[in-house]
Amino acid sequence: MSADDPAERQETAVPAIELKGISKAFGPVQANRDISIRVMPGTIHGIIGENGAGKSTLMSILYGFYKADRGEIFINGRKTDIPDSQAAIAAGIGMVFQHFKLVETFTVLENVILGAEDGRLLKPSLAKARRLLKELAAEYELNVDPDAVISDIGVGMQQRVEILKALYRQADILILDEPTGVLTPSEADQLFRILHRLKDEGKTIVLITHKLREIMEATDTVSVMRRGEMTATVRTAETSPEHLAELMVGRKVLLRVDKAPVRAGRTVLEVENLRVIDEEGVERIRGIDLKVRAGEIVGLAGVAGNGQSELLEVLGGMRAATGLVRLNGEALALSGPGSDGQARRAAGIAHVPEDRQREGLIMEFHAWENVGFGYHRDPAYRRGAVFMNNAALRADTEAKIAQYDIRPANCWLTARNFSGGNQQKIVVAREMERNPDLLLVGQPTRGVDIGAIEFIHKQIVALRDAGKAVLLVSVELEEILGLSDRIAVMFDGRIMGERLPGATDEKELGLLMAGMAREAA
Amino acid sequence: MDRMPQWADVVLIPLISLILAAILSALVILGIGEDPVAAVRMMVNGAVGSTYGWGYTLYYATNFMFTGLAVAVAFHARLFNIGGEGQAMLGGLGVALVCLHVPWPHWSVALVAAAISAAAFGAAWAAIPAWLQARRGSHIVITTIMFNYIAAAVLNYMLVTALRPRGSMDPATARFPEAVHLPTFQQIFSSAGQPLFRGAPANISFFVAVFACIAVWALIWRTRLGYEIRAYGHSETGARYAGISPFRITMIAMLISGGLAGMMAINNVMGEAERLVLNATEGAGFIGIAVALMGRSHPFGVFLAAILFGFLYQGGAELALWTNIPRELIVVIQALVILFTGALDNMVRMPLERLFQAIGRKRRDAGEGAPKPGPRSAQHEPEPEP
Amino acid sequence: MTFMKSVIGAAGALALTAAAALAEPALIFDLGGKFDKSFNEAAFRGAKRWSDETGNSFLEIELQSEAQREQALRRFAEAGANPVITMGFAMADPLTSVAPDYPDTKFVVIDVSWLDVPNIRQVAFAEHEGSYLVGMLAAMASKTGTVGFIGGMDVPLIRHFGCGYAQGAKAVNPDIKIVANMTGTTPAAWNDPVKGSELTKAQISQGADVIYAAAGGTGVGVLQTAADEGILSIGVDSNQNHLHPGKVLTSMLKRVDVAVYDAMKAGENVETGVFTLGLAENGVGYALDENNEALITDEMKAAVEEARQKIIDGEIKVVSYYENDSCPVLSF
Repeated sequence: MSADDPAERQETAVPAIELKGISKAFGPVQANRDISIRVMPGTIHGIIGENGAGKSTLMSILYGFYKADRGEIFINGRKTDIPDSQAAIAAGIGMVFQHFKLVETFTVLENVILGAEDGRLLKPSLAKARRLLKELAAEYELNVDPDAVISDIGVGMQQRVEILKALYRQADILILDEPTGVLTPSEADQLFRILHRLKDEGKTIVLITHKLREIMEATDTVSVMRRGEMTATVRTAETSPEHLAELMVGRKVLLRVDKAPVRAGRTVLEVENLRVIDEEGVERIRGIDLKVRAGEIVGLAGVAGNGQSELLEVLGGMRAATGLVRLNGEALALSGPGSDGQARRAAGIAHVPEDRQREGLIMEFHAWENVGFGYHRDPAYRRGAVFMNNAALRADTEAKIAQYDIRPANCWLTARNFSGGNQQKIVVAREMERNPDLLLVGQPTRGVDIGAIEFIHKQIVALRDAGKAVLLVSVELEEILGLSDRIAVMFDGRIMGERLPGATDEKELGLLMAGMAREAA
Repeated sequence: MDRMPQWADVVLIPLISLILAAILSALVILGIGEDPVAAVRMMVNGAVGSTYGWGYTLYYATNFMFTGLAVAVAFHARLFNIGGEGQAMLGGLGVALVCLHVPWPHWSVALVAAAISAAAFGAAWAAIPAWLQARRGSHIVITTIMFNYIAAAVLNYMLVTALRPRGSMDPATARFPEAVHLPTFQQIFSSAGQPLFRGAPANISFFVAVFACIAVWALIWRTRLGYEIRAYGHSETGARYAGISPFRITMIAMLISGGLAGMMAINNVMGEAERLVLNATEGAGFIGIAVALMGRSHPFGVFLAAILFGFLYQGGAELALWTNIPRELIVVIQALVILFTGALDNMVRMPLERLFQAIGRKRRDAGEGAPKPGPRSAQHEPEPEP
Repeated sequence: MTFMKSVIGAAGALALTAAAALAEPALIFDLGGKFDKSFNEAAFRGAKRWSDETGNSFLEIELQSEAQREQALRRFAEAGANPVITMGFAMADPLTSVAPDYPDTKFVVIDVSWLDVPNIRQVAFAEHEGSYLVGMLAAMASKTGTVGFIGGMDVPLIRHFGCGYAQGAKAVNPDIKIVANMTGTTPAAWNDPVKGSELTKAQISQGADVIYAAAGGTGVGVLQTAADEGILSIGVDSNQNHLHPGKVLTSMLKRVDVAVYDAMKAGENVETGVFTLGLAENGVGYALDENNEALITDEMKAAVEEARQKIIDGEIKVVSYYENDSCPVLSF
């Protein structure tokens, strides 16, 4: 690997960022251990690693949120102390966070100058910012309406505002933390165009991600982190996704899902003319018809916010709807009594929700309490009319921990203290072990490390092979294509069309997701 | 990984808060030219130095246990019940009606009936804000505060127009009949030769309060309802996912909370005053918030915090009796303790967390040669979000 | 457990014997506090006068809570304080349960006259008599033929004030119109000067040009507004003439300070029983000093003095509101 160290070729140039021997611990956890890295000016440098590998910690040190226990930072060759984010900004570093730090009720312009106002009066600052914003927009194709209120514009636009904020503060080094997590494929493409433009203008960009595809598409060099250590730095052109995945996980990983041909049986789920009107009175689902059969995985593709989440919520008993839903031929109540999560579970529906931290788990609960979550009224977990049988629940948890290889194998840890992958394993173990007729799965691998993704995918396929119906919702097209036996694409509350995975590709699905084609079939 | 050992969270933080409050109080006492050491000695002696002192300390503690538990139960459902004061007032009304209008054969029967009536009145008073929160989204903090005022007005009206004996000046009910007199500690524990708890108001309801602590503990951590209350409290979306009805939990949690606050009346109205006076609750509903905060919403913590506040009240009374420290400054001292233990929790917590981290790091650095942490610790490594 | 009990008991007993050496009088102020500019403060003045004259000290406590009523009584009694002086009708109930337990201690209570316990000195004032006199003055000073009465908390005691006032006014001018208002029904009504001010304005708009405030701290607002609006007011309890010289017609004096002073002076030997202090005992009266001498003409003074003597002699009978819970000349 030493042969393809990109820094070697540019020995003479001064790196824009150089970190030497950075270490940082939180309590007993060593988040960063002796990390050294050089990023050349005018390049896009990727940092890849699984959740918990220490990427965000490293960048937080660079941005002054944390102080490294040991190590030095050099910016443009000069040793720089970064005790807080003000110092980082002064050193020309800008950061775009995964969760935007914008004031929702302010306009774009107000957000851009927030914290960087000159003087006490706002008016001159605003005028200056407006002028500068115009220049920046022209230069980098960063078009945003300066007077739009943040809550009215989409996430892609909001991200541009974050970038503009950094540029307004004259950042030469831009750090982006998982920037595509909330974007549609086309928005992500636009973002990468902007990043290339910035690079061409001489800016240095650090891109933190766990998506191999983005690394391969966008970066010049890439550093791989695993368990707080930097395992390698390579030139992107000289590596492959498989190689990077191996470096990330520490072993060979199967990136594709292996599964037997589909043997679909009777219809388990039948949805007819389903409509959902949300709390604001907006119609989120505008008449959906859908069937899922036993032994079949139906993938629901679509950009987030086009009704897939609402569909899962209706089927999972979290949201009221109108229309008809039949499970094994029996109509389900869609509102009022008998339409809640308890009734759905009793009917034979299990639900791995899209957001495990806000829905699927109670983060403050112990692992064993979470294993009973949603099934806490099950007679097996009950003692008498009012009491829980906590001992039975714990015994059950111990069994699931062993079976699903949940780590650490300690049923007394709270959900918060598990990694994303192990949190998801707890949810998956709980829902799949119910042996449901229909499994609802939302974003099963969001924020989950590659090793756990492989495991969870295998479990889903196993359930399907056991003759169960699976409805999968994911924004990752790769996942939809890899797992599904049939793909339905949703756009604006409607199903745009159904495709078989073998007979379509990301491009066609992408068009359907953008509402470009009418149903052809 | 937890940043601090649990014992530090439960023991050290309240202790340091108390010490800080004590130091400030000492400065206040010094400032008016009194001797802080003597004052503390007088407080300790007066509050816990004799069975008489304990009798008062535990009497106040009983009040605070009920209201503290009330706040704690609601806290578990993430409902901030500021209305303990009003619910306790209405509970007093429940007790008074039961005690005055039914000829009870024995105090034990009367106690059960009065407790049920007090709980029912308190719960009913909590039910309206709960319903407004669950169905109409009116913020429960605002509504419960408003309901305190309404409760005071209702009680005032009832006492002035309906319950005040003819010709009496005091807006208070008549004295309850002798048959509903609850056994005081003096009657329970004194032997012929040795009077204990002489004249102190602590009475049998203390044991009801202790029982309530145990019952709340079982409710929260051992029953299905408690599980659902906690789940809802931690995550409303999670509760919806699990099929736990937010409406149902909000109502039930507030009914229990209001009932507990109302039950305070068996102590202060039935046990102590033996009549209902206008300001019977005297802020115990608000003290309950501090008690629940300090007790980390755990019944055992509430029990200890209630006794501490009882100590402060009784110690403060002793100061008022035997020194020239003005009443207002005694309130300042009590408020300082509440402020430090209840509201300024993070002021102590954050430096302490940092200290523990530093100690942890030093310890690790010392053992640098040792093998790297195994896969076990790496598995749940946090990705700290800035 | 038993060991602990006996240790604690012994410590308690020790504390009690140590305290028993004291034989000072004790004074228990009500929830209003020592410096309420009215009732409690008058008691404090009396106690202070005694203390200054004799050089002795006394125990005191400002109550903070209802539970402390009994507690303070018992603690002071156990500490050997004698007499234990208490203020206000709210102490009546606790006294009935505590006083019998300490037969050797003398208790004094002001404004209470209905208890049946031998070791209590109950001091009540014939407020209706004093109010009768200031009612006469009000009627004589009024040019509009309308006088006002503003009470604090609506309790029989205050109606008692108002009733005497109305009778005095009617005695001078049978056609006089009397406007009466109460500030409220809770103890808060004793200390609400803003409400007092509003009620004053309301009564002025109804034509009142002399207003009698029997409302504790609320009266401060009445007197202030009356002075601002250019009408006359009448103070209560203490001599309040000095608050707005030339604007306060007079004050109905209720000598709480004298009652406290006398009790302390008598010490352990204070006589128990019910004592009603009226005009004859100089327990009530009206204030005449340099601040209001211009307002009270000799004619007025003569009329009032005559009535005063007649009341003492029993020739004029001022009806007490207590007699049958109603007032013959005024309805509230």
